Amino acid sequence: MAGTVGIYRRVLAAQMRSQVTYRASFLMSVTISGVFAALDLVVVLVLFGVARSMGGFGTAEVLVMFGLSSTAFAAADLAVGNLERLQFYVRSGLLDGVLLRPLSAFGQLVVVDFTPRRAGRVIVAVVILVVALARADITWTPATAVLAVVAPLAGAVMFSAVMVATATVAFWWIDSGELAFSLTNGGRDFTSYPINIYGAAMRRLFAYGLGFAFVAYYPALALLDRADPLGLPGWFGWVSPAVAAVAVAGAALSWRLGIRHYRSTGS
Amino acid sequence: MHPDLATVPPEPVDARPSIMSPLWALAVAGFRRYSTYRQATVAACVTNSVFGFLRSFVFLATIAGATAATGVANAAGYTAEQLLTFCWVTQGLIGVVALWGWTDLGDRIRTGDVVADLLRPLNPVLSYLAIDLGRAGFAVLIRFVVPVAVGALFFDLYVPRHLATYPLFAVSMILGVVVCFGCRFLLNAVGYWLLDLRGVIAAWFVVTGLFVGLTFPLPFLPDWAEATLWIATPFPSIMQGPLDILVERGGQAHQGLILLAQSLWSVVLLLSCAYVQQRAERKLVIQGG
Repeated sequence: MAGTVGIYRRVLAAQMRSQVTYRASFLMSVTISGVFAALDLVVVLVLFGVARSMGGFGTAEVLVMFGLSSTAFAAADLAVGNLERLQFYVRSGLLDGVLLRPLSAFGQLVVVDFTPRRAGRVIVAVVILVVALARADITWTPATAVLAVVAPLAGAVMFSAVMVATATVAFWWIDSGELAFSLTNGGRDFTSYPINIYGAAMRRLFAYGLGFAFVAYYPALALLDRADPLGLPGWFGWVSPAVAAVAVAGAALSWRLGIRHYRSTGS
Repeated sequence: MHPDLATVPPEPVDARPSIMSPLWALAVAGFRRYSTYRQATVAACVTNSVFGFLRSFVFLATIAGATAATGVANAAGYTAEQLLTFCWVTQGLIGVVALWGWTDLGDRIRTGDVVADLLRPLNPVLSYLAIDLGRAGFAVLIRFVVPVAVGALFFDLYVPRHLATYPLFAVSMILGVVVCFGCRFLLNAVGYWLLDLRGVIAAWFVVTGLFVGLTFPLPFLPDWAEATLWIATPFPSIMQGPLDILVERGGQAHQGLILLAQSLWSVVLLLSCAYVQQRAERKLVIQGG
C-alpha cells in the first residue's frame, strides 16, 4: 500500500515538474485559467445589472451560491477534470497500456495527466467565495463557519463524481464529444443560481435527481438563514456530504462497468 | 468488373475553366464530411438543448426581476418571447457558425500538411471558406433545427411580424458564418508564427463568452460598451446581429444597419485573412522537412 502511494507521488511530482518547467508559460496558463472563473462572475453581474433580483434573492445572496458553485467546480476540475481525455484513450486504444500496469487505471489517469494550471481557477473562485461570504448578511457561529468550509468541499466531491461518471460515457459512446459538458459545465451554470427559478421538471431532474441542489443552493440558504421558498426543511443545507457520498458510489459503479465493457480498438 | 482505363470516355473540356466549380465541389465535400459525424452531431444537439433550457429559465428569472424592479415587462427592451428566441436560436447558431472547436487549419500548419493546400491552384482562404459554407449548410439542417424545435415545443418563442424578416435573417446568418470563419481563420493562422495555439484559443473563449451575444444579449451591457463592440469589433456580427434581425428589434432601418455592419466586417476579415495568408506563405518553413 505504502509503495503504491509512493509511486503515485513520484508520477505526480514528475508531471508537476514537467508542467512548471517553462515558468512564464506556466504562469500565463494559470492566469488564463483564473480569467475563466472571473468571466463567469462577469456574466452573473451583467445579468444582475438588468435583473436586480432572481427568484426573490438579491445580488449578495446569489453571489454566495455562485461562489460555492464556482469553488466546488474549480476544485473538482483541478482534481479529476483531466479525465475528459478518457475519450482520447479509448478511441486510440492507449487505455490498453494503462490497464496492463499493476496500478488502478483510474489512479493512473488522474495523476499522469494532472494539470496544475487549473489551480488558477480555484484561487479566483475561492477569492470570490470569501468576498461573497463577507459581504452577505451571515450570522457567524461555529456551525455556519464549519458549513462554509464543508459545503464547497462536498460540492467539489459531487462535481468530481459527475465528471467521472460523464467521462465513462466514452466507454460506450466514443464520439460523445461535448455531451459531458451538459452535465459538468451545465451543472456549474445550474448551481450558480437559486433553483426556484427553474421549471418543475428541470428542477426535479437536475436539483434532486442529480443532487445539484446540494452543491450551493441549500448550503447557501443555511448560511444565510433563509427559509426555502420551495418549502423544504432547513436541515437540507447540512446533508451535502451524504449526497456527495451517494454520488461517489454512483460514479464508482459506472467506472467499474465501463472498464469491464472496454474492448480495445480491435486493430 | 474493373473498368478499363482506355474505355473511360474523356472528361468534357470546359472552354472557360471557372473557379466556381472547384469551390462548389469543396462546399459539397464540406457538407458531406460533416454529415458523416453522426454521433458527434447527436451529442452536440443534446448539449445545445440542455443549455437552451438552463439559459431559458435564467432569462425568465432575469425578466421577472427586471419587471419587479422597473414595473415594465421587459429586460433591456426585450420581451420574454424575444429573450427566449434569443436563447434557443443562439444555441442553434453555435453549430452553424462553428463558434468553437475549429482547428483544421491550425492542425494542418502544425503537422505541415498545409503545404498540400498551398500546392493547389486555388486561393487557400477561398477554398477553406467554401468548405466551411458547406459545413454550415449541413449544420443548418440539424444543429440549428433541433434546438430551435425543442425550444418552440417547450416555450413561447417570438414569431416575426414581417415576412421580409425571414430572408433577411437567412442573409444575416450567412454573413455571421463568414465573419466567424474570418475570425477562426485568423486565429488558426497565428499558428504560422506561434507553435502553440492554446493561449489564443483561450482568448477566443473569453470573447465568445462575453461579446458575441451568446451568453446574454449585448444590450444588457452599458450603452457605451455595446456601441464600442459594434463599431470596433466583428463579434456582435456573429450572433447578436442575426438575432436582433430575427426578433425585429428596432425596426427595418436597424435591420439594414446590422446587415451593413456584417457585410463590412465580412469584407475586412476576408481581406485580412488573404493578407495574413500571403505573409505567412512568404516565411513558411514546413516542419519536419
